[in-house]
Amino acid sequence: MKQEIGLLVIFLLVFLYDTFMPKNSLKALPVVTTLLMVVFTALGFGICYGGNTSAVAAFGGMYETSAVVTAIKNILNIGVIIVLIQSIRWANGELMIMRRGEFYELLLVTLFGMYLMISARHFLLFVIGLECASLPLAAMVAFDKNRYESHEAAVKYILTAVFSSAIFMMGLSFVYACAGSLYFDKIYNALYGEHTAMLVLALAFVISGVGFKLSLVPFHLWTADVYQGAPTSVTSYLSVISKGATAFAFLVILAQVFGSIYSQVWEWMLYALIILTITVGNLFAIRQRNMKRFLAFSSISQAGYIMLGIIAYNTMGVAAMMYYILVYIFSNLAAFGVIGAIENATGKISMDDYRGLYKTNPRLSFAMMLAMFSLAGIPPFAGFFSKFFIFTAAVGQGSVAIYVLVLIALINTIVSLYYYLLVVKAMFISDDECTIARFRSAFSERLGMWIAVAGIIFLGLLSPVYDYLLDLTADSSLLAYFIR
Amino acid sequence: MFENILIYFVVIPLLMLAGLGLCRNIRQIRAVAVVGSLALIGLSVWLLVDYLALRAAGETAPMLYTGSWMWFRPLNIHLAVGVDGISIAMLLLSSVIVFAGSFASWKIPQPKEFFLWLILLSTGVFGFFISIDMFTMFMFYEVALIPMYLLIGVWGSGNKNYSAMKLTLMLMGGSAFLMLGLIGIYYHSAPAGEQLTWNLLEIVDNASIPHGWQSFLFPMTFVGFGVLGAMFPFHTWSPDGHASAPTAVSMLHAGVLMKLGGYGCFRVAIYTMPQAAHELAWIFLILTGISVVYGAFCACVKTDLKYINAYSSVSHCGLVLFAILMLNETAMTGAIMQMLSHGLMTALFFALIGMIYGRTHTREITQMGGMMQIMPYLSVCYVIAGMASLGLPGLSGFVAEMTIFVGSFQAGMQDYLAGAGSLRLVFTIIACCSIVITAVYILRVVGKLLFGRVYDEHHLKLTDAEWWERLSTVTLIVCVAGIGCFPNFFNNLINFTFTPEIFSVLGIK
Repeated sequence: MKQEIGLLVIFLLVFLYDTFMPKNSLKALPVVTTLLMVVFTALGFGICYGGNTSAVAAFGGMYETSAVVTAIKNILNIGVIIVLIQSIRWANGELMIMRRGEFYELLLVTLFGMYLMISARHFLLFVIGLECASLPLAAMVAFDKNRYESHEAAVKYILTAVFSSAIFMMGLSFVYACAGSLYFDKIYNALYGEHTAMLVLALAFVISGVGFKLSLVPFHLWTADVYQGAPTSVTSYLSVISKGATAFAFLVILAQVFGSIYSQVWEWMLYALIILTITVGNLFAIRQRNMKRFLAFSSISQAGYIMLGIIAYNTMGVAAMMYYILVYIFSNLAAFGVIGAIENATGKISMDDYRGLYKTNPRLSFAMMLAMFSLAGIPPFAGFFSKFFIFTAAVGQGSVAIYVLVLIALINTIVSLYYYLLVVKAMFISDDECTIARFRSAFSERLGMWIAVAGIIFLGLLSPVYDYLLDLTADSSLLAYFIR
Repeated sequence: MFENILIYFVVIPLLMLAGLGLCRNIRQIRAVAVVGSLALIGLSVWLLVDYLALRAAGETAPMLYTGSWMWFRPLNIHLAVGVDGISIAMLLLSSVIVFAGSFASWKIPQPKEFFLWLILLSTGVFGFFISIDMFTMFMFYEVALIPMYLLIGVWGSGNKNYSAMKLTLMLMGGSAFLMLGLIGIYYHSAPAGEQLTWNLLEIVDNASIPHGWQSFLFPMTFVGFGVLGAMFPFHTWSPDGHASAPTAVSMLHAGVLMKLGGYGCFRVAIYTMPQAAHELAWIFLILTGISVVYGAFCACVKTDLKYINAYSSVSHCGLVLFAILMLNETAMTGAIMQMLSHGLMTALFFALIGMIYGRTHTREITQMGGMMQIMPYLSVCYVIAGMASLGLPGLSGFVAEMTIFVGSFQAGMQDYLAGAGSLRLVFTIIACCSIVITAVYILRVVGKLLFGRVYDEHHLKLTDAEWWERLSTVTLIVCVAGIGCFPNFFNNLINFTFTPEIFSVLGIK
């Protein structure tokens, strides 16, 4: 509960600062919010290491937190800090002056919603969290109100979000009909080993509802348009934090609610979703020229890899999934950092504009290259380790089907390497007459990029990070729920 | 950790990378490259001497200088190192070629970035050869692959974008199969209930991979490494890649990286899964037999010097895998010799082709002629390389191919006399034909390129080799002749590895 209260306190402070401080001091708001978030994250790590790792419940068991949950919230916090740092320049821009405060308030509210999603042990709270995390995001997507695409994206996003919520709640009503309760543990016990048509339908609705949020194929159609239309800072938040939180929440409900019908009902659904997500995401990414659309499809396929951690169905899988989310946050934010810096300086966003970038802006190109290599899983960068561990964890499940699944995923990494290398090729190999001129990015942008690049380089090589996550998950009871 | 000498094979390249970062001009960059590669040569020679002394003193452990440091505790991943005669031979080869390659790229444009990637590549290579933990081995393997993309893409020539992408994707495709194979091996690396391990020595000791799994995992790993060893249907990256790559990269790639494939096939696929190797060798024997002959035939009809040499590499590297699959001591010794011999010889070839191309700006043999009059030094070197390639006694090629074919023939006859089919015999005879075909394409090029009348009178103004080019080629020629003249020395170095343990694992002796 401490983390949620802390987040609310930050929200109130930001709100009060925005409302009551004199106009000329508002320019400091982005920095103040970032610093508050840094302090808050540090305190969060304090909770993690503070020794009290046992599960804590509140609201009559509707809410529960444990060491693993605290850790995933901390991981998200780190990502939020990088997003905040990277967005400082954008938030202080000309057009943003009137609504700078709202951006931060909305962002904190969505983060609060994600916290609730992760910690919920009752579907009512979960839905509150889900809505809290998606509806304000639509406002954030529409933040560039002078750009037509931004509006279009926001409308697409809100319609999809509402539609997917509706489907999700339809599924919940079926679940309620089957189990007679909305408490996770009660549903778990009521469904134990059951396999009815009603239940299959319920799961199909629930999984599609969450699948929309997570942009799994075939529920991914909104992703590219929204990512393209939204301001870059919001896109990076959407693709990294929102995705990471939802993925973990997905794991929690699949394990704690439907763990008792794992092999009966939803194992094969997940197989199909993973194969579709990885393959379609990769194949569509190949043809994209707009960098934000490109990363949208790349992040769709990355979500497929994250799902491998769930299908792995062992502690290693959960740890590998959390580690994957952490590494993915750093890699993707490095990429978005570069895209944002270039967009802020020149307004260019197409891959063709990146031609010959190395000649004029070598550092940015290097950061982008490291991000691409990390996303593609090239050693010695962190992405290699996270991919290797998630594959190892998945194979550990042991069935023949999982070998086939992992092989398909591995072959897909080659496809993904192709399009990631296209970016590297544009920057390092191709020549162009109208290359982006040399420019100097803002301090905040460089700081965010340095943090992300440091993460890409060191997160993999430093083994204690992964060891720590695995220790946490080994203690947690999350997997005790899976019944085969 | 740093008391183990092997670690320095990775530390020195990393220091070189750091040194490069501080460099301000081309002289400093050259100094870093030369000093670093000299240090690597010194280190590997010292290792060789010390290793032989230890063996002479009666040390019988399969791997010496072993060290193991925990890295990822939950998965039992270690940074584990250790070498035997084969790895030492490979380390020697790599350091010599890195040295020669630095001199061959003396005048490269954008030297800082070029050497950055080149040294990163060699870090991967050295790391691969010293590792005995499958995870670190695989990691270094991929570290060695990815710089190729930029090296070919930025500094290459011809259809470089296509070649670089094709090479990278095909090799990474191989490593996708390899990764699944390695993870599969890991999950069967110990008897049920015991700690799983990535350490090759422990896996071999445990010998716990069930038979059924072996016949799934063996093809996975063998094909995975075989792609890099240019095995027949997966060899198509090699001609394009080598033809487009800059000189030093062709040298390192054909000379060292392709050996990673052969070494990996031997060290991982065959070593850990001997039963499957026995049963499934025939499939790969056919494939590699095809690459030996097919590569040689292709080399006969190409007119681009680099393509000729690249196809010749396919043929020679095919012979390495072919000999390994004979699972016979003599043939396997020959395979290691062939790795050394081909590495040096092909590096020499690519260095010379690069030097000729740098002067004439064409690699078409139809547009050149009479080079012997214009640049006698380079031409003589070319003849020496050619002779080594077609197996002239006194040079390395003869020793290696002789050993391979004697060994393969033994294996084939054994089968035949035991009534176990004549596949190995037939394929030995087919592979033997490649020697003749090699002579055809080598002599064709030598005749057309070096002798005869001068094709283009502009070529008459060209100069002969500069001192750095001479140094690069002389180093390689000395090594080629060294193997040719003292085969027994290398034979002993390699053989000491084979006799006691590997063959007991394979159940041959």
